[in-house]
Amino acid sequence: MSTETLEKEVKEVKKPSEPLLSKKRKALLTNPLDEDNPITIQVLGICSALAVTVALKPTLVMAIAVTAVLVLANVVISALRNTIPNRIRIIVQLVVVASLVAIVDQVLKAYSYDVWKELSVFIGLIITNCIVMGRLEAFALGNKPWDAMLDGLGNSFGYAWIILAIAFFRELTGSGKLFGVKVLPEEYIGNGVMMSPVGACVLLGVLIWIIRSRNGYVED
Amino acid sequence: MSKFNKNGNNYIITYAVIMTLVFGSVLAVVAMVLKPKQDMEVLLEKQNFILKAALGEDAMSSMTDEEVSRLYAETVVADVVKSSGDIVETEEASVNVFKEYKKPKDVRNLPVYTIYETEEKKNVVSYVFPVYGKGLWDFIWGYVAVKSDLETVSGVVFDHKGETPGLGARITDAEVQSRFAGKKIVDANGNMSIPYFEKGEGNDYSNMPQQVDGLSGATITANGVSSMLESYLLLYKPFILSRKK
Repeated sequence: MSTETLEKEVKEVKKPSEPLLSKKRKALLTNPLDEDNPITIQVLGICSALAVTVALKPTLVMAIAVTAVLVLANVVISALRNTIPNRIRIIVQLVVVASLVAIVDQVLKAYSYDVWKELSVFIGLIITNCIVMGRLEAFALGNKPWDAMLDGLGNSFGYAWIILAIAFFRELTGSGKLFGVKVLPEEYIGNGVMMSPVGACVLLGVLIWIIRSRNGYVED
Repeated sequence: MSKFNKNGNNYIITYAVIMTLVFGSVLAVVAMVLKPKQDMEVLLEKQNFILKAALGEDAMSSMTDEEVSRLYAETVVADVVKSSGDIVETEEASVNVFKEYKKPKDVRNLPVYTIYETEEKKNVVSYVFPVYGKGLWDFIWGYVAVKSDLETVSGVVFDHKGETPGLGARITDAEVQSRFAGKKIVDANGNMSIPYFEKGEGNDYSNMPQQVDGLSGATITANGVSSMLESYLLLYKPFILSRKK
């Protein structure tokens, strides 16, 4: 970050303050849900979308964990943005994200041991979730904490609803259950493909197709 | 901020050091604060598994954590034996089955849990033996409960680290585990013979003392379970024989 951009930001602060939920800020929350969705449009965070979506319960926990990490990391990095030396900014981001993930992991282990056992591997992988680093680089480093928080919330919700949708179909067709409760008749034989990441890949492809054809997004 | 040169080495190094110290201490504090609760969870899971193997899933499913702990404290006695069958003076709480698994068989500390009917500890309901082994992708482990006749399996509990969901991971299903109930760890001549998963699934082995209906699509995990049971229960053979007399 050069000194010029820094001065610009300092000037920005002096402007009359924007309403807490102005139009621009609402867009920060809502855009990632559809036309700027991190998974279906930016195709980030695919690995965890394929890996954890076998059932709704672990997926929900994953979504909450990513939300916590992304929002907090965005706020912390945004608050520190004027002090972070440009040359080590990626390392600083990584330290913040890794620490937050370690904390989430420890808290889950203490308060939701069953889920922790299932998800521990993937929780660790939040560190490398491209959505987190992507938002820090693209947004938090250049915006104020409140905006960064909204951006973090918006993007985590965009991530969350996609993986929950995939998990819904995978659990329903794969084992005939929802949140571990049998909803399809006993005679229903689970579809093994849906239990493996292959099924998630197919579902995700279909979802990306639907969303992109609906909002008219075209790859450049 | 303007008095620092933010691109200078001094600033960067100081920044990195302070950042490391701050985040390092935050993490250390979090880990320390949560440690007792985490240890509790691990212990509770172990107690739950041991009682579940001995008493069955149904008896345990409606119990709260406190009730499980209380029942465990009242009716379970934990000992540590060697593969020679001798009881050793080692605290059971200090034995980590995973660490013992890596040692040679004859020096392993092997915990044995004796479940009594009541608090007075007169009538033995069952003996529970921990087992540890390898599945397809990673380690698997569990507890095998044998009735007081030391011949009949009353129940098993298995857990795993990374078996395939829907296939190998089914060893944690209550239905799969219930297939072991009633199997014998001795053959008709009275020699040790450990129950094992047969190939294929959906066959009726209810009259067979050792064969257990297998897991279709998870042969390697099933074989892992079978060899885990075999290698571990044979380690307990001298202990079992000494108790039988």
